[in-house]
Amino acid sequence: MLLRHTPKEVAVRSALTINPAKTCQPVGAMYAALGVHKCLPHSHGSQGCCAYHRSALTRHYKDPVMATTSSFTEGASVFGGQANILEAIQNIFNLYNPDIVAVHTTCLSEVIGDDLTQILNKAAAEGKIPAGKKVIHASTPSFKGSHVTGYSNMVASFVQHFSENTGKKIKQINLVPTFVEPSDMSEIKHLAESMGVKYVMLPDTSDVVNGPMDGKFRMYPKGGTTLEQIRSMGDSIRSIALGRVGSMAAAKLLDTKCKVPCEILDLPIGIKATDEFVDAMRNAAGVSVPESLMLERGQYLDVMVDMNQYTAGKKVSLVGDPDLLVGMAAFCAENDMKVLHVVSGTAPGPKFERRIKELCGDDVIVKTGAQADMFFFHQLVQNDRPDIVFGNTYCKYICRDEDIPLIRIGFPIYDRIGHSYFPVTGYRGGLRLLEKVLDTVMDRQDRDAKEEKFELVM
Amino acid sequence: MTEILEQRKKQVLENGKDSYALECGKASTAGSVSQRACVFCGSRVVLYPIADALHLIHGPIGCASYTWDIRGSMSSGPELHRMSFSTDLRENDVVYGGEKKLYAALVELIDTYAPKAAFVYSTCIVGLIGDDVEAVCARVSREKLIPVLPVHSEGFKGTKKDGYRAACEAVFKLTGKDPSTPVSKFSINILGDFNLAGETWIIKDYYRRMGIEVVSCITGDGRVDEIRRSHRAALNVVQCSGSMTYLAKMMKDEYGIPFKRVSYFGIEDMSSALYDVASFFDDPEINEATENLVRSEVSALLPDLADYRRDLEGRKAAIYVGGSFKAFSLVKALRHLGMDTVVVGSQTGSSEDYEYLKEITDEGTIICDDANPLELSRFILEKGADLLIGGVKERPIAFKMGIAFCDHNHERKEALAGFEGMRNFAREVHASVTSPVWKYSPARLAMGKEARKGGES
Repeated sequence: MLLRHTPKEVAVRSALTINPAKTCQPVGAMYAALGVHKCLPHSHGSQGCCAYHRSALTRHYKDPVMATTSSFTEGASVFGGQANILEAIQNIFNLYNPDIVAVHTTCLSEVIGDDLTQILNKAAAEGKIPAGKKVIHASTPSFKGSHVTGYSNMVASFVQHFSENTGKKIKQINLVPTFVEPSDMSEIKHLAESMGVKYVMLPDTSDVVNGPMDGKFRMYPKGGTTLEQIRSMGDSIRSIALGRVGSMAAAKLLDTKCKVPCEILDLPIGIKATDEFVDAMRNAAGVSVPESLMLERGQYLDVMVDMNQYTAGKKVSLVGDPDLLVGMAAFCAENDMKVLHVVSGTAPGPKFERRIKELCGDDVIVKTGAQADMFFFHQLVQNDRPDIVFGNTYCKYICRDEDIPLIRIGFPIYDRIGHSYFPVTGYRGGLRLLEKVLDTVMDRQDRDAKEEKFELVM
Repeated sequence: MTEILEQRKKQVLENGKDSYALECGKASTAGSVSQRACVFCGSRVVLYPIADALHLIHGPIGCASYTWDIRGSMSSGPELHRMSFSTDLRENDVVYGGEKKLYAALVELIDTYAPKAAFVYSTCIVGLIGDDVEAVCARVSREKLIPVLPVHSEGFKGTKKDGYRAACEAVFKLTGKDPSTPVSKFSINILGDFNLAGETWIIKDYYRRMGIEVVSCITGDGRVDEIRRSHRAALNVVQCSGSMTYLAKMMKDEYGIPFKRVSYFGIEDMSSALYDVASFFDDPEINEATENLVRSEVSALLPDLADYRRDLEGRKAAIYVGGSFKAFSLVKALRHLGMDTVVVGSQTGSSEDYEYLKEITDEGTIICDDANPLELSRFILEKGADLLIGGVKERPIAFKMGIAFCDHNHERKEALAGFEGMRNFAREVHASVTSPVWKYSPARLAMGKEARKGGES
């Protein structure tokens, strides 16, 4: 009983988070920056921050994660980190030669009050930034929001610094995914490509953190949105943001800054959200839905229908990041599963709870933000005993103690592979998710069925 | 040699070629992809294994999230240390101070879990917003009648080493508090083993077989009550010298307990650790028991190693680890497997450590302090290493390059200390180096093609 320390009674806590269901902004910013080609994320703070974020992402992706740090010292925390970052910029370009350095702040540099706009202007004025190279920054204080906020801020910062409206429209659409896996980014591209839609996706971590083993260590893997592409986003005909909390800021900014109209959709998880995404692309680009996608949709729907008796009425508890939770809630509802709990350490605003209740009905328990942690989630699970828990690796303590199966989804996943390569988005992702659910449910049924009820054909 | 940042030139040398003393103990050069962590990380890893204490992280959520149960420090009893407690400071707290939140969190946690002691870790911004953590701890300690110890681990206040020091200072406050429980005259404290993969248990068992009482383990499988009486042990045996020598020195000054530095990795170092401790007590029974123990363990181990050695002879290894003491042991352990160390580096070595590394490695070996991945990957290529020994951030670099890897850091899955640890180490290295998966690596395939071409002409 690893979590023998979790009492069943839910008590009010005011000052304390136990076993967090979120982490801090900078790691999300680092992940977003990895999704830009030849971009080196830079952490403006103590070197521990950078080491922790790199470790977390490395454990999650099992791939090298490169980022640099301003290595704050006691002096920097008194006199500001300007000297550190100026030195860092010079060293970075001398040694690692990226095209872009994407600086994110930390709680330390935010509290000190480093003015990065001014510092980076100074660096440019003093010729510390080589010709053609770029240094941008995003403000990502750890004491506000969560890793999803950090991701969102960094993506918006790319738009802010690079996207331009040149007055000459390009017949392409912008796709801005929220914090999802490289496999999902690939799947979103696959949907767009199947429809023959010309697009730019920002960011794009596929082929970056799920790179192949080819006998070489690469500082800058093949994938990632290019600077040219980000520039051109200002001339696109439309933006489609997938996952409100993580992607809306960039899409809205493309609207206000470059006059590119945007649509904010849910993450395309499950059949309806995927339909909506496909439909949005169809409308925006004036294309029709190809046979190949109809086949993918049809196959997924076929399995939904075939196996509905096994998913119907299954009780589930969800914990994770808001955008993913909305998608998962939709997926579960479509398969007639009963969502009991939805918990997120990230506070996504009132729209979130409304959306979840639209999807799952009014009796679902939704808790987000302060004290919406794994400890609280465990108490819910103890009391209501779902058939399946969906969440990140840290749910394994809960699920082991309560003997409830866990389907891993979200960030971080430190103890399984798959998320890097196989999506949960799109029709194919829906099929994969459904397969996971069915395997889980049927394995349990096979394990627990009485001998006379033990079935060969299911 | 490979291109290196100007400021780092003196932190890398090639044995036999470069005569300067290696620079070390420097903060990482700003802008390098440092593999190093911060003061908080140092304190957290050292104190974390004290399983019946409360560990509360005072700061924004990240520092708690990233250190939640990431080290396999095992406990034979309570597991309170595997929970993650944070004050989760938000913007309001940064503006108005976090003291009230800290007080409320401590009171609530102590009431719920009744820990034997509490550690409160200060993170970066606590140092800036000026919370009086000392005062809050003192107040809670008075009210709840348990030691509540502030750990001054603001991330920016130095390197990981300074974090070790802050941790030692906190632990030291627990010592010297239990004058009555009887303690044998043949007794020691184990300092600097963190019971990763159960290693403390292996070492403890050796001492038990020698007839020596282990009063406390600081901090592997640690307990507050044991630390409270640790001042009455006759000797401190210090492993992982970087982290715990400071505590040993404090205990020497305060309680007059002498200390020995040892390493439990590899055959020589493990054996000399036990002999050193035995010779300290100089008791005929202990001496005999120690000889018997070492003889029986080593004679059981050697034939197994010979099998592995046959396949590993002549292969080359690169080492990049946290502490330099571990690096010494690894160089020696690899020799037992017939492997040469061609690159060796550490995050926290001292200049004497690097001098010693020069002595025990061959000419041409690259020795470096605080390496970054680009350097490491180039050194590995340049020297043709077949194996990298390192931690979580190094693993995928080795694997992408198509060379074998052994985790000698937090994520080790098998005990690597002691004689049986040496057997596990050999097995792990052997399994990775000789794995069939490398055959399919494009780099190896290309090499094979080259070799065949060479043979034809």
